[in-house]
Amino acid sequence: MASPNIGVKEHSHGGDVPISRLDTHGSFDVDAFPVPSGREEEWRFTPLRRMRGLHDGRDAVGGAVKVETRAPEEVAVETVARDDARLGTSFLPSDRVSALAYSAFTEATVVTVPKEVQVSEPVYVKITGVEEGDAYGHVLVRAESHSSTTLVLEYGGSSTYSDNVEFVVEDGAQLTVISLQDWDRDAVQVSHQYAKVGRDARFKSFMITLGGDLVRISPSVRYVGRGGDAELHGLYFTGEGQHHEHRSLIDHNVSNTRSRVEYKGALSGEDAHAVWIGDVIIGEGTQGTDSYEHNRNLVLTDGTRVDSVPNLEIFTGEVEGAGHASASGRLDDIHLFYLQSRGIPTDEARRLVIRGYFAELIGRIELPDLRERIMDEVEEKLALHE
Amino acid sequence: MTKFEIRGLRADVLIGAEQREEILKGVDLTIDSGETHAIMGPNGSGKSTLAYAVAGHPRYEVTDGEILIDGENVLEMSVDERARAGLFLAMQYPVEVPGVSMSNFLRSSVTAVRGEAPKLRTFSKELQSTMKGLAIDSSFASRGVNEGFSGGEKKRHEILQLELLKPKIAILDETDSGLDVDALKVVSEGINRAKTETDVGVMLITHYSRILNYVKADYVHVFAGGRVAESGGPELANALESEGYERFVKAGA
Repeated sequence: MASPNIGVKEHSHGGDVPISRLDTHGSFDVDAFPVPSGREEEWRFTPLRRMRGLHDGRDAVGGAVKVETRAPEEVAVETVARDDARLGTSFLPSDRVSALAYSAFTEATVVTVPKEVQVSEPVYVKITGVEEGDAYGHVLVRAESHSSTTLVLEYGGSSTYSDNVEFVVEDGAQLTVISLQDWDRDAVQVSHQYAKVGRDARFKSFMITLGGDLVRISPSVRYVGRGGDAELHGLYFTGEGQHHEHRSLIDHNVSNTRSRVEYKGALSGEDAHAVWIGDVIIGEGTQGTDSYEHNRNLVLTDGTRVDSVPNLEIFTGEVEGAGHASASGRLDDIHLFYLQSRGIPTDEARRLVIRGYFAELIGRIELPDLRERIMDEVEEKLALHE
Repeated sequence: MTKFEIRGLRADVLIGAEQREEILKGVDLTIDSGETHAIMGPNGSGKSTLAYAVAGHPRYEVTDGEILIDGENVLEMSVDERARAGLFLAMQYPVEVPGVSMSNFLRSSVTAVRGEAPKLRTFSKELQSTMKGLAIDSSFASRGVNEGFSGGEKKRHEILQLELLKPKIAILDETDSGLDVDALKVVSEGINRAKTETDVGVMLITHYSRILNYVKADYVHVFAGGRVAESGGPELANALESEGYERFVKAGA
């Protein structure tokens, strides 16, 4: 393969692109990645037939999405053409779908939070499928140094959609992103979210996946300064026939960085399939990395399938903490026993424990309206099998 | 006036899908309202199994004998029915239930046991004053059930539930273990309040006689080898304190 990480096309500005053991094929060149067959490690859990060509480009017919934004005045929100020099500087596509999406989008949304600005109200970016067919997008969110923002990125409607989202969190900045995949039941989405976390910067992500037929999202974090902190919280409720796949990659390529990954899911209904792949790399020569990743799956009915794979690769002995855990199973009968031993009837005890499972994570989102909306949607899905 | 009877109770712990072990080997015990029975015994003698078997814990299975509350067959009741019939178990290791707030849990529980939802304002007053009596900070009400609580905080919350649910018979499984003297006093006062206010019959399971300085037992039973090996008055606890359980361990083995 031709030197995948250097000198790639005109989109790659600057040479400080990530190089890691698990992610060595970054390129803007679509043909740098062979068309997936489904046998590759990174594709073996994904039903390629249901991707409607997002991975090979052969079905590219003109679908469309509508992008709506709402932001307080201190935040700049722009719609720019694909040749805008700011785009594509913080990442290299890590697979064919990402490279295809980058080659295919026409307009991008750029959100800039000026330096040292503490944004009072959340910024909303809503992407809605409006015309059938393939659609591509690109979003760049730039939190300049020592700024602080919360961004809600919402996907809805019906589409076959692929995009790349860049989060650039500059030194000392804080960026919280709630990414809500609330598609109509027939939608297909394959997305990559690339976060670049600066010195003493904090990036917090809430990945909430409820809708769609197939949703595959690859959030990645790479650090460019010491003291960087990333928390990735995920919640998915995978119903009958749905495929929800989350593949996180945390690249601790700088010393004294911290990461927490906690994804929780629930599955109910025939052929509900959830996949979680959690890759963590602790790079050679780094010190003081603190990392933990955790995936839990609550299996509510028969006929579901979970694939949960934590991967931890450590290339240094100077680690402060590194751990992973994965557990999938039915409702804990000891939880139920405790509530029932206080007189609470079985059905109500089940309801309380299941809601508690979701509420524990949803409760961390600091936007009450959004919390309520997500809980309502969870209720709707629960009602289907209770 | 409630009569609680355990007759010839035998029970297994379920270890795996195929594996089980008999722990209770014929337990006989009768507790009336207002009485406090201390059950003392060495580790592994089956004291906790007795507590769990009465409450209906899923990992234990009763194989023989009966449990009656005012003549009603407890073994035919589901776990929640037992609680509504007036049985309460303060657990040695209270369970953490993430995401379910303590206040929501307590309200659901009180509603179920009392048979009707208490008025919100009355209940929140009652909750606050009971928490205060146990020196529990009011912020605990909004936390997840036992979530991240220390051992002592969990025990206080068990007694909080005892006071709110006002059972007819309470089984307190090593409620004193892991408590420092101050916490032990607070918890004991809670138990004594429940005794005074509701005439509850208490089965106080403990390894040490220390708690009996604060909670007076009318009867003391030595539990060994999965059954009651000897019964007596409070003086038996003192004898155990000085002599230890050795003679019962040998006898049970």
